[in-house]
Amino acid sequence: MTFLEYAPAPESKAILNLQKSYGLFIDGDFVKGHGTSFASISPATEEKIAEISTANARDVDVAVAAARRAYDRTWSKLAGRDRGKYLFRIARLVQERARELAVAESLDNGKPIKESRDVDVPLVAAWFFYYAGWADKLDYAGLGPNPRALGVAAQVIPWNFPLLMLAWKIAPALAAGNTVVLKPAETTSLTALLFAEILQQAELPDGVVNIVTGAGETGSLLVNHPDVNKVAFTGSTAVGRAIAKSTAGTGKKITLELGGKAANIVFDDAPIDQAIEGIVNGIFFNQGHVCCAGSRLLVQENIQDEVVDRLKQRLSTLRLGDPLDKNTDIGAINSREQLERIRTLSDLGEQEGAERWTSDCAIPDKGFWFAPTIFTNVSTSHRIARDEIFGPVLSVLSFRTPAEAIAKANNTPYGLSAGIWSDKGSKILAVADKLRAGVVWANTFNKFDPASPFGGYKESGYGREGGRHGLAAYLQSSGWHDPDTRGLSSSRSDTRGLSSSRSERIETSPAKKPAKKSPKGVTK
Amino acid sequence: MSHLTIPKTYKLYIGGKFPRSESGRTYEVLSAKDAFLANAAKASRKDARDAVVAARAAVSGWSGATGYNRGQVLYRIAELLEGRRAQFAEEISSAEGVSATAANRQVDAAIDLWVWYAGWADKYVQVAGNGNPVSGPYFNISTPEPTGVVAIVAPQDSSLLGFASVVAPALVSGNTVVVLASERLPLSAISLSEVLATSDVPGGVVNVLTGSSAEVAPWLASHADVNALDLAGAGALDWVDLQITAADTLKRVLPPEDGVPAPSVERVTFFTETKTVWHTKALV
Repeated sequence: MTFLEYAPAPESKAILNLQKSYGLFIDGDFVKGHGTSFASISPATEEKIAEISTANARDVDVAVAAARRAYDRTWSKLAGRDRGKYLFRIARLVQERARELAVAESLDNGKPIKESRDVDVPLVAAWFFYYAGWADKLDYAGLGPNPRALGVAAQVIPWNFPLLMLAWKIAPALAAGNTVVLKPAETTSLTALLFAEILQQAELPDGVVNIVTGAGETGSLLVNHPDVNKVAFTGSTAVGRAIAKSTAGTGKKITLELGGKAANIVFDDAPIDQAIEGIVNGIFFNQGHVCCAGSRLLVQENIQDEVVDRLKQRLSTLRLGDPLDKNTDIGAINSREQLERIRTLSDLGEQEGAERWTSDCAIPDKGFWFAPTIFTNVSTSHRIARDEIFGPVLSVLSFRTPAEAIAKANNTPYGLSAGIWSDKGSKILAVADKLRAGVVWANTFNKFDPASPFGGYKESGYGREGGRHGLAAYLQSSGWHDPDTRGLSSSRSDTRGLSSSRSERIETSPAKKPAKKSPKGVTK
Repeated sequence: MSHLTIPKTYKLYIGGKFPRSESGRTYEVLSAKDAFLANAAKASRKDARDAVVAARAAVSGWSGATGYNRGQVLYRIAELLEGRRAQFAEEISSAEGVSATAANRQVDAAIDLWVWYAGWADKYVQVAGNGNPVSGPYFNISTPEPTGVVAIVAPQDSSLLGFASVVAPALVSGNTVVVLASERLPLSAISLSEVLATSDVPGGVVNVLTGSSAEVAPWLASHADVNALDLAGAGALDWVDLQITAADTLKRVLPPEDGVPAPSVERVTFFTETKTVWHTKALV
């Protein structure tokens, strides 16, 4: 070893006290699932971590019934202040067990420990702290009079930020007074089950949070269960679309946080050092397994060569390998299936004529790995410029004018996020106005905060998570109506569901059909 | 001395113009007493698609106007409605079979509704938006923006007020709309289009189709350039199928309502998207 070479600095797994197998967490206890159990493996070594249960239809029924019972008997009757105290307890316990959770997350997901330790887990605690404070302040949220919980929330989360996505879902749901049945992703159930232990330590009332593990079928049983009032899903657009279809007409309130193909726009007056770091963070953070990843770099033509050269230099310094090593920048791809998808799309990129550059780094023998890759000479019609790759692959396109950058950035059915790099404030604000994306980062990228709403336009889904908007996704109110508008007031309807929660009705008398009589009706 | 009346030809309203249906089809609109009132255009799939093209083309201008400007334009609709109150009252009275007093009350309500919504154009952003106190050196603000093109099935049992109650809120934030007027009571919608055409609402911002909702609504629900679907008046249609179709492009969908939706700020914000912008702050 020579000067300036890295020595391995692995985080110890000794802090973990894992069980050989995990059941489902229902009504406050771990119980056996009745589906076929499966192994959760470490994507970095392909070694088995634990055996995970699968919830079948019967288990999902039991979990939803437990959540309903907890809602009716306990949680909906608790003062907001006390709901908040439980959330504060959870936040503190997450902080106390932070190292353990970070190690488990890196082991199970494959992400570098520096990310799980410095990003995922601190944000999990922050999310519970933020929403804990809302629990007794719902009347001040400006979401209409008499805000109320929806009931039982069905939540299905992805594998890219397992514990963080759990926090994004559970914290606002509980703060608003709902109870929860959550299904983690098949490949990353571990931290959700450790979180269930935290709920036991926090003495959260039984049934308020239930965790059912399994694959897509379990998720489908959950979101389509007739006794859930709210569905929150983060994952692929294809599954989101299926959920939107299967829940049509049910009145369930839906939040969908789906795919993305974000443009990261770099103008020639950008602070170039920061921009290079931002581009790298934008697409290589978490191996590119990020729905809001800056996967399309739009760089102004006159600085394209310089930016691409510097990117290649910077990527050559990134260290790929053991996720538990504190020096690691790029961890393992989460699953063999995802690795295949990244390979297929990257091969397509070459076939369609884009120019491929891959960082020259050693790939471990076992596990799933994909070296950082850049495609140049990409056109907007290429699959690698249109499809979400969800891996460490950056497509570089160029532009000449702000108008062209905006047109290219918006040329996608997605609309989750975007980045703008420029030292000129007026240009940033003008471009930000025109981008059809739910989150726009200017001179930064991939920043998340519990106070900041996150979610997409167009086929990236609907609803927001985070902030006051994220609270609204778990509440109904009597609606804000104008009491003065002549002849338009009628009795409030107060039933469950989207339509009825947002509207009072005015009845008119149809001329031919028998009228619904209303003394306050407009035309009566 | 007698005067032979000149009946009005009711056509569609697309892109600021009043074309007949490209299909050449019409259908008979009858009064409450089954007397012939007019031949209304029976819109086709092609008309619906033309209307979406016109609506899409109008998005950037209308959504790019200031809220102050949009508010004034919407207010002016109320002014013109007031001026043509007699015409609307008579149309409502003959179509719905209600008394002149009741018809006038419906016109009153429609006027007040436009005024109420007009005032929201430069305010709803303050109510629905947010400055966010993030933990770090960042400026962070969330603002609502119009979702784009909204396709609307207007309430079926109200001629003027029902139409206004779904169109006005969608316009407040800067959306453009394609509206299927009440199938049985379409004439006020077309007369209101004449008001819109002369009240500074740019062509294409409101597009009005008359005819069979059951025939045309599925084409709007499946159209990839429509961002949202308001099924307020679709209760008698196979509206769940429409919602399922709309899910193909993840449109935002408001389900059917009984009667006429009351004015509500939620009707404005439902057809918006929240954009959150982060910017770094220097460490000084």
